[in-house]
Amino acid sequence: MLTIENLHAEVEGKAILKGIDLDVKAGEVHAIMGPNGSGKSTLSSLIAGNEEYQLTKGKMLLRGKDLIELDAEERAHEGIFLSFQYPVEIPGVSVTNFIKTAINANRKAKGLEDMPASELLKKIREKAKLLDIDSKFLSRSLNEGFSGGEKKRNEIFQMAMLEPSLSILDETDSGLDIDALKIVANGVNKLKNKDNATIVITHYQRLLDYIVPDFVHVLFDGRIVKSGTKELAHELEAKGYDWIKELASHGV
Amino acid sequence: MEFKEKLISSHLAFEEDLNLDDSVHETRASALKVFEEKGFPSKREEAWKYTSIEALIQKDYALFPKSEASINVNDVKKYFLYDTDTYKVIFIDGIYSPFLSNTTHDGLDVCLMSAALTKPKYRELINTYFNKIAPEDDSLTALNTSYAKEGAYIYIPKNIVAEKPIEIIHFSSGNENALWLQPRNLIVVDQNAQVQIIERHQSLKEHPVVTNCVTEIYVHQDAFLDYYKLQNDLPSASLIDSTYIVQEKKSHASVHTFSLGGKLTRNNLRFFHKGEHIMSTLKGVTILHGKQHVDHATLVHHAQPNCESHQDYKGIFAERSEGVFNGQILVDKIAQKTNAFQQNNNILIDDQATVNTKPQLEIFADDVKCSHGCTIGQLDEEALFYLRSRGIPKKEAKALMTYAFANNVLASVQLPSLKKRINGQIAKKLGVNLGFDL
Repeated sequence: MLTIENLHAEVEGKAILKGIDLDVKAGEVHAIMGPNGSGKSTLSSLIAGNEEYQLTKGKMLLRGKDLIELDAEERAHEGIFLSFQYPVEIPGVSVTNFIKTAINANRKAKGLEDMPASELLKKIREKAKLLDIDSKFLSRSLNEGFSGGEKKRNEIFQMAMLEPSLSILDETDSGLDIDALKIVANGVNKLKNKDNATIVITHYQRLLDYIVPDFVHVLFDGRIVKSGTKELAHELEAKGYDWIKELASHGV
Repeated sequence: MEFKEKLISSHLAFEEDLNLDDSVHETRASALKVFEEKGFPSKREEAWKYTSIEALIQKDYALFPKSEASINVNDVKKYFLYDTDTYKVIFIDGIYSPFLSNTTHDGLDVCLMSAALTKPKYRELINTYFNKIAPEDDSLTALNTSYAKEGAYIYIPKNIVAEKPIEIIHFSSGNENALWLQPRNLIVVDQNAQVQIIERHQSLKEHPVVTNCVTEIYVHQDAFLDYYKLQNDLPSASLIDSTYIVQEKKSHASVHTFSLGGKLTRNNLRFFHKGEHIMSTLKGVTILHGKQHVDHATLVHHAQPNCESHQDYKGIFAERSEGVFNGQILVDKIAQKTNAFQQNNNILIDDQATVNTKPQLEIFADDVKCSHGCTIGQLDEEALFYLRSRGIPKKEAKALMTYAFANNVLASVQLPSLKKRINGQIAKKLGVNLGFDL
């Protein structure tokens, strides 16, 4: 589904990613772990099309289609979804109106009519239930005054509504207590199927107890220095990131 | 002949065929003297530093339209709040249109200034209220006073709630090459009375029009006034609006100004407090493009203790448009326990757009809560990316954020049909369908 080859990127002239290779197939869950400042969030922003980062070298393909040529909204239309680490507050626009706008924008890009109101409401009810979201929450202004947990839950709610083919969860576990974490993870797991893929970006192994990855990659200083299966996450949890740093300095 | 000279020399002819009460004649004559002395305001004056009307007054405007223009009701219907039953006071080129209007004397007066100024039964009211709060030294207000003849006269008696909102609309037909209009409105909301008023000025054809409008409003004890100014005129029309409001104790008055159209607009809005426990609300949304220019000059004069005022103005400026906000709060020594708040937030969409914002607080009391804040910024790139990452195209994303930015000003609009109308106008101005009913 997603093929990344030798990806280099910089922000304000500073190199952040220094040659990333990643191959994510449909039905897979990949975890990208790494210490702070290793380039995890840059990678997720870059895949989603944030123009703040300059891609200097490399390839990024979604189902063979060149992503680099596409704007953020066009990537969303292709099925990419980014769950933000820090979702933005939009006062005056309710969760429901926002999701309606987003869904219809995606449908319009595909040449479809707006989703009928009854169908939309049914879907909203169904997905809200999945994430244990109550209806009062849906009429509140998007992310305005939301707690950390509410923001993250709302991100996964949007993901559930938009049904992307590739979801990137950027530090979705940060700021969540264990109950909220379980709800969010449960939602993500229920949305998984053989046709979509998930990339989980996290500093800690905790989330991976609930969203079990098929592959784990360790990002350090802009490169993937080690890849493995879910056991690698446990190893990182036990040993910390220092041995990775060591590995990076010897290996390259 | 300069336009100023024309205004002065035409005055005699203007008054000739009017059946005026002596006191009104005197008021006008002395107002004309003020204008003659001071002339049009120039950029040398602090209050007009960022707004020049120099270019506007170079034209030879018609002061008295030659003939009554007839307009088709279907052409103007869209400017009415048609889905709500309203009283209407409608003028075409400054002349009252009985055909389009819906006035009343049944329990309340929604009628004409020309009647109030000339009929004996209104004499006492005119002597009490006419030109009593308009400042004598303001040259444009003086000019309006000297030519005061027509406009809306509204009187809501004690304990009466006006069941229908009142629309005051001034159309200009485009029959005159260039037209100078000077409507004069007088509104009295007596004790414990309530009213909602909507005012707009609308050209029907592109032609140079300048409207120098003055409105005096009296809000008596325990009364409620909600006033909405819809400024969405053609790019050939300019408006200088001066609205003066006096409030008595325990009264509530709000003015919302929506400035979306027109060439040059100056809004002078002044509130004076004459009792305790008064609430004043001044809100505005300004969305401009092209070379449009809007200047809000507000003043809230807290002259009594225990009163509250809220000012909240949002501005969105694209292309080469210009915005000015000059918000004055004056708190007299006696006005203890005043709560006065002021906010002016602006977004510049394009590099060439400009905003000049200046809060001016003069506080002579020592036990008050006053705050002000002004910001000028761009749309947040991170927020824009957030919306786009959900598949919302850049243009719609910008519009949605801009809408969100202006939204809290709309939240206090009491009339649902009006709110919907303004939302529609804002969406149209932003060039998009917001994708949902607001």
